[in-house]
Amino acid sequence: MLVMKNIGKVFTTDVVQTHALREFNLNVSEGDFVAVTGTSGSGKTTFLNVAGLLETFDSGQYTLDGENIQGLNDKQRSQLRNEKIGFIFQSFNLIPDLNLFDNVDVPLRYRGFNAAERKSRIIQNLERVGLGKRIKHYPAQLSGGQQQRVAIARALAGTPRFLLADEPTGNLDSDMANSVMTLLQEINQSGTTIIMVTHDQALAKQAQRQIIVRDGKVCDASETAAHIQTQAEITPSV
Amino acid sequence: MPAKRLLIYKHKLKSHQVFNYYCRLALLSILGAKVHSILTMLTIALGIAACTITLTLVNSMSSNPIAHKSGQLFRVQLDNWDPNQAAISPDLPPELVTWTDARNVVQARQAKRQSASAITWGMVNPAEQGLTPFLALMRVTSKDFFPMFDVPFLYGAGWDENAEQNNDYVVVLSKETNQRVFHGANSVGQTLTMLGATFTVVGVLNDWHLSPKFYDMSYGAFSDPEEMYLPLELKAVFELPHGGITSCWKAVESERYDAFMHSECTNFQLWVELDNPQQKSQFADYLTQYVQQQKSLGRFPRPLNNRLLNVAQWLEYKQVVKQDVQIMFWLSIMFLLVCLINAASLLSAKLHTKHSEIGLRRALGANFSQILMQYSLEVVFIGLCGGVIGIILALVGLQGVASLYAGYGRLIELDIPIALGVILLAVMGTIIAGLVPVYTACRPVLATQLKQ
Repeated sequence: MLVMKNIGKVFTTDVVQTHALREFNLNVSEGDFVAVTGTSGSGKTTFLNVAGLLETFDSGQYTLDGENIQGLNDKQRSQLRNEKIGFIFQSFNLIPDLNLFDNVDVPLRYRGFNAAERKSRIIQNLERVGLGKRIKHYPAQLSGGQQQRVAIARALAGTPRFLLADEPTGNLDSDMANSVMTLLQEINQSGTTIIMVTHDQALAKQAQRQIIVRDGKVCDASETAAHIQTQAEITPSV
Repeated sequence: MPAKRLLIYKHKLKSHQVFNYYCRLALLSILGAKVHSILTMLTIALGIAACTITLTLVNSMSSNPIAHKSGQLFRVQLDNWDPNQAAISPDLPPELVTWTDARNVVQARQAKRQSASAITWGMVNPAEQGLTPFLALMRVTSKDFFPMFDVPFLYGAGWDENAEQNNDYVVVLSKETNQRVFHGANSVGQTLTMLGATFTVVGVLNDWHLSPKFYDMSYGAFSDPEEMYLPLELKAVFELPHGGITSCWKAVESERYDAFMHSECTNFQLWVELDNPQQKSQFADYLTQYVQQQKSLGRFPRPLNNRLLNVAQWLEYKQVVKQDVQIMFWLSIMFLLVCLINAASLLSAKLHTKHSEIGLRRALGANFSQILMQYSLEVVFIGLCGGVIGIILALVGLQGVASLYAGYGRLIELDIPIALGVILLAVMGTIIAGLVPVYTACRPVLATQLKQ
């Protein structure tokens, strides 16, 4: 479903070239809950940005839901992001001037849903994260955990195939972090594929699958290879 | 076909919804940073106001008030001046003509129409109307003056040739004078005591305020028109004072009124109407012959130096719009540019704070052109609001100028096309100036923007 083969990403400045990803290989199947861990600067966030089409890559091949990403223009990438990927960020990234309803509405607007469809999805997803009665509230009126729940509702509103979470509990205390993690597991159980970058080993262990990124590579190659092999056996046509 | 129509309808509906959404976001953004938005709008407004005020004044001053026949009306200049010194350096003839030349040229009737005129004044004693006497500014002129300059009449018309030849005591009143004396009623045929005689009103002008008053700028290019108009010959009959500009290059022989009238002193504006180049050529030949004839009588000691300038040439020659006003105009344009650049800087600063939101919107599916459209709309709103405030400021400013310069009151009316043009310019300028920061802000380095 998400297949990266030999992905390379280099950041170049006037004085230095940094290989953020090199020969990065990963295969994520539908319904997976993958935790990506690694030290700071290992390349895990770059991986997430490339996976979420927020960054381009320099080499390799990336297929998302059967679609080859290379060569897509900005409009096509934006559409793909909008339709297939939901994002959850460490700092929630809610728009402070908009209330919860309008915040969740943002991706739906770009999707082109009509008003009734949007309203239905917004209310449904805010209720799903337990904030159905606070749709007129503004982000500043909520706790960190609640804001992250809104961000999750926003990510889910467009019914994405993938949920990409970058340190989703990084700014939360342990209770709130657990609550958010429980919510993510529920979401995963309902069929959404989740890739979560985290520093927190305890959280990572709660995922179905854990990969470690080091120096821009998936370091546990055997595990990854084994996983790819398993997937090949399950779906021989892939 | 119905399916296609439905598709088009859906597309239009979607575009409409998207546009409404962007408008709402723009308004939210403007209201979310009120102080910043107001500052940006005021910056644009000040530039627009300064530009509109100056442009309105320059336009009023420099416009040709009789453009439709500008090429047919010619100012006549004859060089009767001092043989040792030109009337106007380096070698130009005087702008006015003598009483002798004015009468001779008018009576020769060599042009389609011809009018000599001069400003004067006299006492009006409307005792019959129950009013106290007053001093009125008058113009003595030829009958052709009215049709030549398309003078509009409310009642009656100018005097006819018989009245002119018989020196009839006839008068044409301005609308204001008719209002003052006859309370605005049709006064044609009524009599009016003035200059110690009884005059018959033959016509009343409608509103007539040429700007600039090209036919006689003795009292300034934007001075008020005269209150009354009398036949030219009555100037001598009543020995009316010489208003406007009087220039002499040699002494008048005596202090008698008659001596002045037959001197080489110039005091009369001489205009002719010529329909085509052939008529102009023929009239120029006539002037040459006339001057040669006068030379044989001992006048016109200087070399032949007749001039025929049409209205546009005359306005240019007279430099109705002074150079400092033109400089002011360019300065106001520069000021507008500076304001727009400042507005762009303010917008840039505002958009800098929006990088995170832009990145987020891009991450959530907005493409570059959608973001560009959204923020461009905000810029357009700010530009339009700045434009509206600018026009209000311009109106206030023009009122201020009007109160400072009473004589320019008529000029100081907001010219709607100019105002709209300046708003358009400002909005476009704001968009262009604003697009740079918008474009920069929208360029995708999404991951970085999201981290901010």
